[in-house]
Amino acid sequence: MNVPENLKYTEDHEWARVEGKVAYVGITDHAQQELGDIVYVELPDIDTEVEKDEEATSIESVKAAAPVNSPVSGKIVKVNEDLEDEAELVNKDAYAAYIFAVEMSDPSELDSLMDAAAYKKFLGK
Amino acid sequence: MSSKLIFELNTEGRIGYRFPSLDVPEIPLDSMLKKDLFRQKPAALPQVSEVDVIRHYTELASKSFGVDAGFYPLGSCTMKYNPKINEDVASFQGFADIHPLQPLNTVQGTLELIYKTTESLCEITGMKWGTLQPFAGAHGEFTGMKLFKAYFKKKGDTKRTKVLVPTSAHGTNPASSHISGFDVEEVQADERGLVSVSSLKEHLSDEVAGIMLTNPNTLGLFEKDIVEIAGLVHEAGGLLYYDGANMNAIMGKVRPGDMGFDVIHLNLHKTFATPHGGGGPGSGPVLVSDKLIPFLPVPDITEHDGKYTLNYDKPDSIGRISGFYGNIAVIVRAYAYILTMGSDGLKKASEMAVLNANYLKERLKKTYHLFYDTTCMHEFVLSADTLHDEHGISALDVAKALLDNGFHPMTIYFPLIVHEAMMIEPTETESKQTLDHFVDVMLKIYDEAVKNPEKLKEAPLHTPVKRIDEVLAAKNPVLRWVKE
Repeated sequence: MNVPENLKYTEDHEWARVEGKVAYVGITDHAQQELGDIVYVELPDIDTEVEKDEEATSIESVKAAAPVNSPVSGKIVKVNEDLEDEAELVNKDAYAAYIFAVEMSDPSELDSLMDAAAYKKFLGK
Repeated sequence: MSSKLIFELNTEGRIGYRFPSLDVPEIPLDSMLKKDLFRQKPAALPQVSEVDVIRHYTELASKSFGVDAGFYPLGSCTMKYNPKINEDVASFQGFADIHPLQPLNTVQGTLELIYKTTESLCEITGMKWGTLQPFAGAHGEFTGMKLFKAYFKKKGDTKRTKVLVPTSAHGTNPASSHISGFDVEEVQADERGLVSVSSLKEHLSDEVAGIMLTNPNTLGLFEKDIVEIAGLVHEAGGLLYYDGANMNAIMGKVRPGDMGFDVIHLNLHKTFATPHGGGGPGSGPVLVSDKLIPFLPVPDITEHDGKYTLNYDKPDSIGRISGFYGNIAVIVRAYAYILTMGSDGLKKASEMAVLNANYLKERLKKTYHLFYDTTCMHEFVLSADTLHDEHGISALDVAKALLDNGFHPMTIYFPLIVHEAMMIEPTETESKQTLDHFVDVMLKIYDEAVKNPEKLKEAPLHTPVKRIDEVLAAKNPVLRWVKE
């Protein structure tokens, strides 16, 4: 299972890549495998306020529709528009295909996320 | 073989009708209608003869699959056989040839039938009164959530914005509460596959309007703690909603009203043997406890000295939720079913539904992975997870392989709490021979999955349409024929 070292992870299988005050968010390789072929990624609106662990948007595969929670609180500043036409990018490389980016209101929330080792252990359960 | 569309059978000038010659003066259209209402181009209707039409639709009908064609173990959908006597009754002139705007004194029989069906359903479920207006289960859920809202509004309790939905609930519950304006909170299942009482306690507060629950749940397991759950929700000031999707397991055995539910819906098209599938027509009656009767939709049907009338005078009612009185022809079939079966028959139907499910479960669990290995109710959930991990064969592949063997597949990938879920509901109307044949086929598929997985991935091979590209079909459906 592919779990990059430089990312933070949630128990709901989202990842966050931190660049300064902004966290880029996507779903993990495990999550895309579980969902199967993804047909649609809903992109949240820019400037929407999101809460940590609350649903920010949703993703739809041939099997199911699943919520994507935001790992941190803040404001949506960017979305990955490539996913509008090519939702399958998430299947191809879940860590390259971020879904949205959040400008964090409380960067200390990152401390509650798992690192790669902890997430691997979580998956192994 | 794929069929041609009726539009592709078009032959210029071919017609299937002949009008007599005009024996009255012709009136020009523009003397009756405004010019801007005229069609600019002739309608592109197919030009075909009567026999073209008949053969076309007969061919399509021969490709369709339903309970009249074969076994249909679609979990959570209760695809039981629908006795044909129900069709006879629904086609009686007095039911079939009436109009909803007829004077009430000319449709007393139909009103009586609606009234008595409501009474029967109340007796079966232990509820106090209800409405037969909703056209489907999800429509019933929507109506139920409206009742929740009206109840709290009347009490002046405006803080209750949340509805709890267990992970083992029926799939439409979160959607129905969301679309009715509630925020949905998930309650976890415990290791038994039942609602976790401790998780429920954490979620309960004065902001919770209530909980939506299926019992038995979507794992086919009876929620044993239901009385405690009902007590906790009521103590916190909330209401309980019962999704009747799985009512087929418990008729005549235990009643939602006695379990403490305040609002329930039934699916006449599941439990009460009316035709079902392909999007309808369905019927999702909503029944309530005493405290919610004032809020039921209008019109309500009332009886006085053997005469039935429609009552619109209900100031607290949530209003109309259907144009008229519901899918009457479906209600007629359900009432015919209830009377044919009688109370003993309905009880027996549930017993046999549970027995059939347990028989299949016991035979299949030796080969397929059974997550919750306990006595089930009317359905059970297997997992293709070991097949998937060891041989790359998923629940989808198993389902496709069933098509090649003349069975409708089970429900797959639901409930979400089981990986590679395969949810099987045989219903009471299947014989032991049919169940044994199904087991044989399932074992054969497992064997193929182990020995020849690549071939299984190509299934189905013997259906009119082979394996479809599900991603393309979901992303880019072609729903309309366009002339080249």
